Amino acid sequence: MPRDWSELFVTGEPAADAPAPASAAADAEPQRRRFLGRLRESLSRTREALSGELAATLAVPEDEAGWERLEEALVMADVGARTTAEVVGRLEAEAQGGGLEGRALTERLAELLAEIARGDDDLIDITARPAVILLVGVNGTGKTTTAGKLAYQLRHRLGKSVLLAAADTFRAAATEQLEAWAQRAQCPVVTGTPGSDPGAVAFDALAQARTRGCDVVLIDTAGRLHTQDALMDELAKVRRVIAKQAPGAPHETLLTVDATTGQNGLRQAALFAEAVGVGGIVLTKLDGTARGGIALAIARELGIPVKLIGVGEGLEDLRPFDADDFARALLE
Amino acid sequence: MSVFDSLADKLQGTLSELRGHGTLTEDDVNRAMREIRLSLLEADVNLRVVKQFTATVRERCLGAQVVGQLNPGQQVVKIVSDELTSLMGGAARDLSFSPRPPTVVLLAGLQGSGKTTVAAKLARHLHTEHRSSVALAACDLQRPAAVEQLVTVGGQVDAAVYEQGTGAAPADVARWALERAVSEGKDVLIVDTSGRLHVDRELMEELAEIRRTIKPHDVLLVLDAMTGQDAINVAEQFGETVRFDGVILTKLDGDARGGAALSVKAVTGTPIVFASTGERLEQFERFHPDRMAQRILGMGDVMSLIEKAERQFDEREAEELEHKLRRNEFTLEDFLSQLRQIRRMGPLTSVLGMLPGIGAQLKGAKVDERELDRIQAIILSMTPEERRRPELIKGSRRLRIARGSGTSVQAVNQLVKQFDQMRKLLRQLGSGRMPDLGALMRQGR
Repeated sequence: MPRDWSELFVTGEPAADAPAPASAAADAEPQRRRFLGRLRESLSRTREALSGELAATLAVPEDEAGWERLEEALVMADVGARTTAEVVGRLEAEAQGGGLEGRALTERLAELLAEIARGDDDLIDITARPAVILLVGVNGTGKTTTAGKLAYQLRHRLGKSVLLAAADTFRAAATEQLEAWAQRAQCPVVTGTPGSDPGAVAFDALAQARTRGCDVVLIDTAGRLHTQDALMDELAKVRRVIAKQAPGAPHETLLTVDATTGQNGLRQAALFAEAVGVGGIVLTKLDGTARGGIALAIARELGIPVKLIGVGEGLEDLRPFDADDFARALLE
Repeated sequence: MSVFDSLADKLQGTLSELRGHGTLTEDDVNRAMREIRLSLLEADVNLRVVKQFTATVRERCLGAQVVGQLNPGQQVVKIVSDELTSLMGGAARDLSFSPRPPTVVLLAGLQGSGKTTVAAKLARHLHTEHRSSVALAACDLQRPAAVEQLVTVGGQVDAAVYEQGTGAAPADVARWALERAVSEGKDVLIVDTSGRLHVDRELMEELAEIRRTIKPHDVLLVLDAMTGQDAINVAEQFGETVRFDGVILTKLDGDARGGAALSVKAVTGTPIVFASTGERLEQFERFHPDRMAQRILGMGDVMSLIEKAERQFDEREAEELEHKLRRNEFTLEDFLSQLRQIRRMGPLTSVLGMLPGIGAQLKGAKVDERELDRIQAIILSMTPEERRRPELIKGSRRLRIARGSGTSVQAVNQLVKQFDQMRKLLRQLGSGRMPDLGALMRQGR
């Protein structure tokens, strides 16, 4: 599973030590850093708490109430009834069959959850030049913010030249928002006029990336509800424009899912996958109290793994997904 | 679609074999409660709230008499629906307008819940519904370009936007905006704030300070309808810090069942005031708690359909019809009366849409109401004798009926022919009952 940036991205280059993040940009976000600190703290607290509490809870696996508490913990984390039933069912069967107890059972549970969340292919391939990454999602899930942070990471951690494309031509000031991020990440940005064809912006961006010799093109699109057929068609068209311009592109399509989302997240993922194909989830806003368990349901039912998580509003607050940490946090 | 689509379907399925029993047994009720729990969780109602809710419903169901036309399944559905509606809150609520304008409305919420869009939508709503002159204060100084976004959407709804860029402190901008709203004689000032996490102490304190500074008449929490179990944490934390008076539910045009609305209402007691239902700025309306209850149940509008069916279908008429069918005496007259009964319940599409399970299948299917009008007109242009014996309708009669109904001879022919085929079909069904809507309704599913 990816733990740092060079492990997440398939670059086709020999792995090198990631360059230190530009200090100027890091200084620009001093007050934002506390989010990351807080999350780290809470994750480590979780780890300890989990081992203690789960061991107590599951010391007697044949205790019905114990299993029920476990189910409830997963449901409260938005994992959903079906996925919860399956995970707990599997654990229960293994416990009875293999005599798993106490600590071993706890560890096995975290393992099961991590396995599901990880999926088969949780890497992002950016070997193509330019590699095209398309960002899609429902309104307000954090596409533009993710685009900005991802551009920064690609540039400062992996030394890639990145071009941002503001293909959200619908929402007022979306272009300005991405421009602000582009400035922070020190990346060029291609924009269109408000209301113009998002496909045209994507087209321009690809053309410019070629002339400039950029490594990666990040295309930010307008938020849309998965139930709006016309807007989903528009998105499919953007994808077709990209594919026509660069064979094999987009090389990655990331769906942003807000960690606070409930069971509707499954519908979102299913319909976006149907319209444009989704290679991975960016689970955003994980710095609150929401556990993002819906990502587990999405991975299990649709086979789409989480690749990135958003944990704050600063440039550094986007991280490669770590299935084990996630699984533990789910049970906090 | 999910197996949890319609709780009403499931309950009626689970309890269908009980038809004819006088009361619900504890076993029946327990089975029903399991379905209710799963369905509500699937709709994102918080587990805590689900537990309280099912406890209440269970109590009411136990020993409840199965009365009137309802079978046990429908009985439970009715109890669930009643409880859900009362928990959701009864009538729609409005803002509390200050007798001394401007009325100050503060919007708060998580990032991405839709505050800025809601600010413009609310401004437009107040302007069109109450003829209010509205100003928007740009106090989201965190998100890049949030001020520009408010300026743009504010312009689209002809609301004044008070902004000072992003240099000052949000509370100072709010105070300045309030002073300006007073001096410019605005009726309402809507204050847009940054999205913030409920666990971010510093930013929550900033929000509390804005509240203390401008003393709003209404603090509204903007909540995404797709929010899951975490909704109650959000509501509790925002409630503690800024004591909101109402909730605006956004992105309701999606297919989320919106259980978060119920959770928030149950935990904080705060009503949902408005609902945002689309991308366009006019897609914003007052919130209807009863509709939301039905949506969470995922059961179409089955209760009102049951009620309508009970009102509209005359038991005796139905029996008589069945009798006629058996004796092969079904006439155009009877057909007309059936058609009218169904249409009394409302437009056919909405009647069908109210049936759980069917609603989704027929989404997009079009029933041409005008075609039904034409059929009615043709039958009404016949003499009673012709309606009883359609075989009489030939040559000049055809022409007369066509003229009388404003249709054509072909249309009359077609109806007579179709009716003849229908009669034949009914004859084949012979001893069986006619699958009429009224009977289906009473029997449950």
